[in-house]
Amino acid sequence: MTKQYPNDLMGLSHEEYDMAVGIMGRTPNHLELGIFSVMWSEHCSYKSSKKWLKTLPTKAPWVICGPGENAGVIDIGDGQAAIFKMESHNHPSFIEPYQGAATGVGGILRDVFTMGARPVANMNALRFGSPDHPKTRHLVAGVVRGIGGYGNCVGVPTVGGEVNFHPSYNGNILVNAMTVGVARTDKIFYSAAAGIGNSVVYVGSKTGRDGIHGATMASAEFTDDSEEKRPTVQVGDPFTEKLLIEACLELMETDVIVAIQDMGAAGLTSSSFEMASKGGMGIELELDRVPMRETGMTPYELMLSESQERMLMILKPGEEHVAEAIFRKWELDFAIIGRLTDTGRMVLKWNGEVAGDLPIDPLALAAPEYDRPWVPTPPPAPLGDVPAPKDYAAALKTLMSCPDVASRRWIWEQYDHLVMNDTMQRPGGDAAVVRVADMKKALAITTDCTPRYCYADPVQGGRQAVAETWRNLNSVGARPLAITDNMNFGNPQRPEIMGQFVGCIQGMAEACRALDYPVVSGNVSLYNETNGKGILPTPAIGGVGLLDDLDHMATVALKRAGDVLILIGAVENHHGGHLGQSLYLREVLGREEGPPPPVVLAAERRDGDFVREQIRAGRVDTCHDLSDGGLAIAVAEMALGGNLGATIQVPADTPAHAWLFGEDQGRYLLAVPEQAEAAILIDARKADVPAIVIGTVGGNDLTATGYYTISLPELRHAHEDWLPAYMAAPR
Amino acid sequence: MTTAVIVFPGSNRDRDMCLALERATGQKPLRIWHQDTALPKADLLVLPGGFSYGDYLRCGAMAAHSPIMREVKAAAARGVPVLAVCNGFQIATEAGLLPGALITNSGLKFICRNVSLRVETSNSRFTRGYNAGQVVSYPVAHNDGNYVVNADTLKRLEDQDRVAFRYSDDAGVVTPETNLNGSTANIAGVLNEARNVLGMMPHPENATDPQLGRPDGGPLFAAMLEAMA
Repeated sequence: MTKQYPNDLMGLSHEEYDMAVGIMGRTPNHLELGIFSVMWSEHCSYKSSKKWLKTLPTKAPWVICGPGENAGVIDIGDGQAAIFKMESHNHPSFIEPYQGAATGVGGILRDVFTMGARPVANMNALRFGSPDHPKTRHLVAGVVRGIGGYGNCVGVPTVGGEVNFHPSYNGNILVNAMTVGVARTDKIFYSAAAGIGNSVVYVGSKTGRDGIHGATMASAEFTDDSEEKRPTVQVGDPFTEKLLIEACLELMETDVIVAIQDMGAAGLTSSSFEMASKGGMGIELELDRVPMRETGMTPYELMLSESQERMLMILKPGEEHVAEAIFRKWELDFAIIGRLTDTGRMVLKWNGEVAGDLPIDPLALAAPEYDRPWVPTPPPAPLGDVPAPKDYAAALKTLMSCPDVASRRWIWEQYDHLVMNDTMQRPGGDAAVVRVADMKKALAITTDCTPRYCYADPVQGGRQAVAETWRNLNSVGARPLAITDNMNFGNPQRPEIMGQFVGCIQGMAEACRALDYPVVSGNVSLYNETNGKGILPTPAIGGVGLLDDLDHMATVALKRAGDVLILIGAVENHHGGHLGQSLYLREVLGREEGPPPPVVLAAERRDGDFVREQIRAGRVDTCHDLSDGGLAIAVAEMALGGNLGATIQVPADTPAHAWLFGEDQGRYLLAVPEQAEAAILIDARKADVPAIVIGTVGGNDLTATGYYTISLPELRHAHEDWLPAYMAAPR
Repeated sequence: MTTAVIVFPGSNRDRDMCLALERATGQKPLRIWHQDTALPKADLLVLPGGFSYGDYLRCGAMAAHSPIMREVKAAAARGVPVLAVCNGFQIATEAGLLPGALITNSGLKFICRNVSLRVETSNSRFTRGYNAGQVVSYPVAHNDGNYVVNADTLKRLEDQDRVAFRYSDDAGVVTPETNLNGSTANIAGVLNEARNVLGMMPHPENATDPQLGRPDGGPLFAAMLEAMA
């Protein structure tokens, strides 16, 4: 006899369905099957990635809470903690860019204030398709508007981010949003339920029919009809979120919360399961008490809705009225919808009748974990000869105006990056710097990844993504503390994609260990594929560091004519820079080839520590790390930042184009007063740090002697005009 | 001396404003909830920035009808100074405290950046710390700051010296190119006829902390407090 399966397995495989029947001891009903489906979706269960995520280092003396809670928590001194996480909203943002991006911001904000932190900064990491693709302009406009629309209204500054364009994202854009909050270390809230008989309380907005099965949708590839999935996209209400932030933080000042969890992906289902499972409790919910946006809703819809701006709390018995008064004051819904039990089961009632009854731990903990087959990415063929440009000035302008380097001003001027009055470094620098309110210290925040490196060599690319955030934090003078990762990949059921994932994780783990820079939170987004074509592997990293003393901070802008430019860090061989996978190769010569630049972690650590200490000692106030486009682009960005020219000398025994545009890793450019030069060079020699003087600051032009001279206004036009012109072109 | 900041649900620069007032006065301002029906005695009332009630209707339209606004209007009529910034300016026009209306920026986008403003009059308790013609730099952060008045009202505003700030360039030259958001005659801030209410889109409260840049908003706060003393 052949087995009978329901027609709609809601995304579960036959094997998973069999497991579900085994756990239930009977055939699950429609509601129960829906719960299995979302709980075991890739999005909620991390079933393909868990094995590898476990290999990332997550501990350090300053880590208060690593992965597994709503967000990561690190100690920043003075009884304060920084709480942060990055999360993807890729699939919904492609289907409906405004709401997809907006609710991505809303969701990550909730992950952070759920734990007791006031959100102080938003960041993002965005990837779009080729600028020539007919949908790209529309998606950029919608995503930027959505991020701004939500963040601006809730009054949390959006202080920075990164944007790439590449054809591999034509059918799958990436929208990764990050929030950083600040809490008191003695007021951090966790999600483990406790206390038999305690009330399960629902607060926030009412539940509607939006986002049903969103987590399942986000766990599948796209096909040509993906736009028909629009009803699975949630709709955001930043005003309610603002009220929810204020109400929750006000309640957290009292002493009545036992546990709290936001309702994110898979809504009431995953929040209630996670809280109960972490606390080893059972839970009984009376679903008819859930505040509903419309009549006629079913238990299935209530459990699977991903309506936004909702939280679940366990309150101390007899104290419910304290919370209710606060939520009523903020005009938010408040409902006691159930209680904790000692049965270890989730019992879902509907008007007194049992509508579903599932064991909690077997379902939550027995989520499948796959060791997906994978193949290592073959090493890229060595790069042949790379010709020099005929016209160096034209090459520099091409790079400064190419989509991956051009100024992002058009984007960040649509984000309120100043509200809260603590933005010490606005977007456009190496890292955003946000003062900790009323303190002399600040948090530095950056998001980075170079997907073309990850594609060519996942291990080096994984290292580079982590190292680049570390460098950006050093560059402002901050001590890098920890990262959050947002792993965006294609279909993990293809061994070569799984191989990219495994390689990137390996490289990230190596870098985290070498730099004492653990992972404290993260998110995985797989199935970023359309019709079998995957994105470039994109492990976006969000790094957070601490500036102890705001008086010793560096920025990229050149500040004084007469300053000396000192290059820290070595090129791979002293005859020239590394051009494999460089932007010069891609943008000037139209080739995406070769191995990416290697990241040498011991040198990375030594040189980065040196730069940071020079800034912290008050010797250096102008610093930029070298990344996309190499040295020439870094000098140009520093010159435009300060509206002050510079002249650099290309060493005589070097191919100039490789020296100017090579993307060798682990390097920084400092601009220091002439009288400080000698001491810095001596210190560098003592620390075995490569340091050479390459030029001076001054004038109104940018010059590489013998190769190019470009006026700053001309350079500024090249850099500033591309994005506004692109966005203004007819759709 | 007592200052009071009105807090609506969705206000989000109330904290920034309180910090600036505290920096200037040395005292924490009172925070007045929108549902309150009485105002404490205060020497200055402030309507802060944000997205009151989400601004899902016209910006400021809901807040203008909240219980506390009756009291704010009565106080303004008695001569109590009122500073209305950004969303506060939108609320003030909706409540009839100031003429005109604020519509969506001509570029149809939210704009956050520093702008140069030419001070048009030093004849007010808010702007007497500046010289007319002086250029100051404040941040803006708004989607709906396009100030619109008809020709008669504009003439009256100009004849009565009630334009407080205009969007200009760094040298104080006011042209269509320096018009940030499409506002009538580049107007960034206006006074009521009694000169005790100032509405403006830019954020002087975000330009008072030297650590964050040029503290050009400082003289505005200093002047208000001097007038109260």
